[in-house]
Amino acid sequence: MSFGQLPYDVSHLLGGGMLLLSFVLLYQRRVGAVINALALQGGILALAAAWQALVQGAPQLYLTALIAFGAKAVLIPLALRTLLRRLDLHRTVETALGIGPSLVAGVALVALAILVVLPITAGSRAIAREDLALALSVVLLGMLMMITRRNAILQVAGLMTLENGLILAAVGVAGMPLVVELSTAALVMMLLVVGGVFVFQIRERFDTVDTGFLERHRGEAE
Amino acid sequence: MLTLFALCLWVLVLLAAVAVPLGRHARAGLVLHAGCLIASLGFVAVALGVLLTGEPVESQPLPFGPPWAPTRLGLDGLSAWFLLLLGIAGSAASLFAMDDGASGHPLPPRALPPFPLFLAGMALTLAATDAFLLLFGFELMSLASWALVAAEHERPENRAAARLYLGFAVLAGACLVPAFGLLAGSAGALDFAAMRAAPPEGWRAAAVLLLGLLGAGAKAGLVPLHAWLPLAHPAAPSHVSALMSGAMTKIALYVLARLLLDLCGPAQPSWWGVPLLVLGAASALLGALRANLEDDAKTLLACSTIENVGLITIGLGLALAFRGADLGPLAALAAGAALLHALNHGVFKTGLFLMAGAVLHGAGSRRLDRLGGLIHAMPVTALAALIGVAAAASLPPLSGFASEWLLLQALLAGWRVSDIGFQVLAAAGAAVAAMAAALAAAAMLRFFGLVFLGRPRSPRGAGAREAPIFERAALLLPAGLTVLLGLFPGFVLGLAAPALQGLVGPVIRVPARGTWLAAGEGATGYAPLVIALLLALLLGITWMLVRRRSPAATARGPVWNCGFVEPPPHLPFGDPLTQPGAAGIAQPLRRMLGESLLRAGETVDMPAPGETRPGHYAAGFTDPSGPLLLAPVARLRDRIAAEADRLRHLTIRRCLSLSFATLVGLLALLAWLEAR
Repeated sequence: MSFGQLPYDVSHLLGGGMLLLSFVLLYQRRVGAVINALALQGGILALAAAWQALVQGAPQLYLTALIAFGAKAVLIPLALRTLLRRLDLHRTVETALGIGPSLVAGVALVALAILVVLPITAGSRAIAREDLALALSVVLLGMLMMITRRNAILQVAGLMTLENGLILAAVGVAGMPLVVELSTAALVMMLLVVGGVFVFQIRERFDTVDTGFLERHRGEAE
Repeated sequence: MLTLFALCLWVLVLLAAVAVPLGRHARAGLVLHAGCLIASLGFVAVALGVLLTGEPVESQPLPFGPPWAPTRLGLDGLSAWFLLLLGIAGSAASLFAMDDGASGHPLPPRALPPFPLFLAGMALTLAATDAFLLLFGFELMSLASWALVAAEHERPENRAAARLYLGFAVLAGACLVPAFGLLAGSAGALDFAAMRAAPPEGWRAAAVLLLGLLGAGAKAGLVPLHAWLPLAHPAAPSHVSALMSGAMTKIALYVLARLLLDLCGPAQPSWWGVPLLVLGAASALLGALRANLEDDAKTLLACSTIENVGLITIGLGLALAFRGADLGPLAALAAGAALLHALNHGVFKTGLFLMAGAVLHGAGSRRLDRLGGLIHAMPVTALAALIGVAAAASLPPLSGFASEWLLLQALLAGWRVSDIGFQVLAAAGAAVAAMAAALAAAAMLRFFGLVFLGRPRSPRGAGAREAPIFERAALLLPAGLTVLLGLFPGFVLGLAAPALQGLVGPVIRVPARGTWLAAGEGATGYAPLVIALLLALLLGITWMLVRRRSPAATARGPVWNCGFVEPPPHLPFGDPLTQPGAAGIAQPLRRMLGESLLRAGETVDMPAPGETRPGHYAAGFTDPSGPLLLAPVARLRDRIAAEADRLRHLTIRRCLSLSFATLVGLLALLAWLEAR
């Protein structure tokens, strides 16, 4: 499989779309737009999983796609939006690292991911190689988002992106057992609940979701 | 044969498992140590079998082990030789501990389970045929012995000793793992056969030498890393300190010999022997000197162990140097001296530590200043102690003399290496080794004289009782073996021929002829049987002349008591000041050598005329490893801890950033490695 063949091109397109959305996530200045982009990324992930199911002839991946669509494109964004509305939070993104430097760092991370993955997987199937590089980039960008944003909801979004990247890597490999996918999805649901509770706690105690505010109340910081 | 060996290992592991629930039973100690005795005797049988046939044995792959390679047990000459030593020391120690409780000092239940594991760890280290199993056994040995050192942790000095011991054990592991890793890296596999086929070169070889010397040296007690030995041995129960001193330090030396002489291949250069020679000589001198100054029986014996470990290391270093200079017979001589001394020291030092334990049980103290005159109360213990002490003082015809003679012969042949630097070093080494042997003799004389001769120095010492039956048997076993090993060193060294082949390649000739030991091209030899006969003849003739042929009838007069008056009847031990004490006998050597080597000092606090307070005199010494090694390390640890403490104050986002930066750094490293 290489350039010019349909399975390769489509999955490459979908993976590239997810990477593009990761950059969009980094670029957004409003929390609502971040959630929209996150939902869109979840939808593309579901498409990528479905396409892999078609190409690999693995019907269990359709279920994966369904779960990804239901959880990541619909439920979690809805929950986050509800949270946003209920809490009446600031709608602007509070950054620790500016938007411009974040994007530059993101580009450097993508380059690093390509430099790492492509030589390692020199002997394997092309589709897995490209997919792995894209997935690693998405993971790294998710982590970057977690550390460059102060808002707790945005950090949850970064964690979600990270997990999207992991699943993109998992569906790209033929023969990935469904059990792992189910447990991962459940894990993310749980993480989201934890994140939600966390945010509620902060809201109740300190009336803000800025984790920087939390640091002053740990008792051991100066 | 390996089936028997594996069976013994299983027995030990099962005993450890059973000892956990049943440790509080009154007879648990007896049963457990009887099991250990049987397993140790099994080790002796296996080792003798391998040594007599001379063929290495290797088992089928074991059903468990690391996932990347099959694990096999195997014994060749070298490991069988040390297994023989382990079996003997283990038998004596187990036999001694079977009297646990009979002397009124029952071991705490927590001291029972680690003992079989300690034995099993040592045996596993010896029977390993790959680096993983060897390191596993080595760490098992370290951990189990740490648990035994910490067994009586009610006393703060024992806790401190156990902590220090654990620190050195961790250092040993941290050095040995990369040493074997470097070897495995150039070989591409973890098993010894692959490592032998791909000996390291260049900086890798130097790193293996350094790491191996640090790792094995920390466990064996070589000089800069010996600080734990005089503290840990007194802290452990007596049978454990006997095993630690007799067997465990030798296992560390086995690892050193296996790593440097066997796995690194025969083509290593001559200078490899130099660090071993220097460290060994320093250990020998410092250990022997400290043994003269200590006033605790077990600490004294531990310092003597440092000395003997140094002597064995000198032998190994000489073997490396001679082999590098293509002097095969001399390398066999030096390696034979090291192996023989390892066995001899292991046997007599086990006996001496057990003797210290029997004295502790019988007379209630380890301090030399509270003992004395025990030869009357504990005659069997005194006999065993006399044999052990004479061997440690390297008196002919006992075992210590045979191996130290061989070692000195090897040192005196040092001029055969053409390098002038090495010749000077070997001459200096011979001088230091001879001095260490003389100092050790002085230390042993002081030890035996203070503990067994003279008058009791305390009421508890005056009421000493002879050791119970198993303890006596455990004392006589190493004593008898010491005599046998001393009388027939040629036979014993003949047994070591497969081990020598492992160390210095195909041996031209073992440095022994019949019961003789022969050095070099047969120019010099040592025939212990003849010496023993001559000594017996000389003693007999003297006795005859004095008792039978003297013109006057024999009359017993009062013993000259150095001018002091007889003790009054109400003070049966006499004034303690009328007997020389431990510090008094140590004083000349402390002033002569201790002031320069051990920072010994004396302070006299004289009251001014007219003052009523008493004058005060204090004498002491500091081991140089304390201020030069331990104190800087402790300061470094505090600095690192203070730096690490700052991490606790990081915010959540900074903690995440740290792990993210680590991940990105590792990925960048990976990309860089691929690009090369």
